[in-house]
Amino acid sequence: MATKIYQCMQKIGEDIIANKEFLTELDSAIGDADHGINMARGFTEVLSQLPQEEEDISVILKKTGMVLLSKVGGASGPLYGTAYMKAAGAVTGKKEITLEDGKNMMEAAIGGIKMRGKAERGEKTMLDALEPAMEALAKGIEAGESPEDCLTHMCEAAKEGVEYTKTIRATKGRASYLGDRSIGHQDPGATSSLITLEAIRAFYLEQIK
Amino acid sequence: MVGIVIVSHSRKAAEGIFELAAQMAGEGHKMVAAGGMDDGSIGTDAIRILQGIQEANDGDGVVILADLGSGVMSSEAAIDLLEEDIEVVIADAPILEGAVGAAVQASVGGTLAEVVEAAEQARNLSKRQ
Repeated sequence: MATKIYQCMQKIGEDIIANKEFLTELDSAIGDADHGINMARGFTEVLSQLPQEEEDISVILKKTGMVLLSKVGGASGPLYGTAYMKAAGAVTGKKEITLEDGKNMMEAAIGGIKMRGKAERGEKTMLDALEPAMEALAKGIEAGESPEDCLTHMCEAAKEGVEYTKTIRATKGRASYLGDRSIGHQDPGATSSLITLEAIRAFYLEQIK
Repeated sequence: MVGIVIVSHSRKAAEGIFELAAQMAGEGHKMVAAGGMDDGSIGTDAIRILQGIQEANDGDGVVILADLGSGVMSSEAAIDLLEEDIEVVIADAPILEGAVGAAVQASVGGTLAEVVEAAEQARNLSKRQ
């Protein structure tokens, strides 16, 4: 029987792979039309390489990061790869995690993306979905919301973040060559980050049913 | 001798630049081409770059010449993954001209700093003078 963390990564991977065409379509508007293809290639490899019986969450996340670093190919490889490896570092040796751990993982992942991409929020990137999502999660924890509500508010904030990327111009990556012509399009990286968070929420809801 | 790793999204580009720089450097160079993905498609692979650094190193440090975007990010990720004590510098230089400059400087016994400088001087190379 595969462990919960494996199943959760499986859900994330399957949802990313299922959105291959959609992400590629978004990327063809402002990038080089490879985001969906690259992410699907990376996660196909992740699903085949992850040890199904491994209970240590940090081991699974670290392995996911290593595979993404090697198999994605585009900028999302080092960015997501670093994010998963940093998230692993926030839960070293743990077999179960709390919402607080989840927040710490997101914080570490965001720090890794900022370092690797030399990016900040507001530049039409993954960070525009992830940072508000992490803040909403932290706020929910602080207010003593149920895990379900915390995760719902986290995903809502990420969705708003993706919408926000439509209103701004890209200053990072290939989309930055487009200048103002990048306005009006949602960022593919922010979108794959939203898909990831929604997969985690869906997985949790499935578990407590 | 200072090692050199050439990182391009394209395997062919990395191999072509390697070929050209190796010709200028002569025999005995420590240069590795780490371009493209395992399956031959366009992209960069941090694990392959990491192996390239280990291969190119013989104790005097390694210079990376990278192309754009994820070429630099994957190189940085590879350096972060390095467990050995190898000094690695990503040259802030155009990949082809930088690789040629670096290869020549490394072949005459330049230090890591001198090889990096030789690569970065390629930025000032005018083609119309």
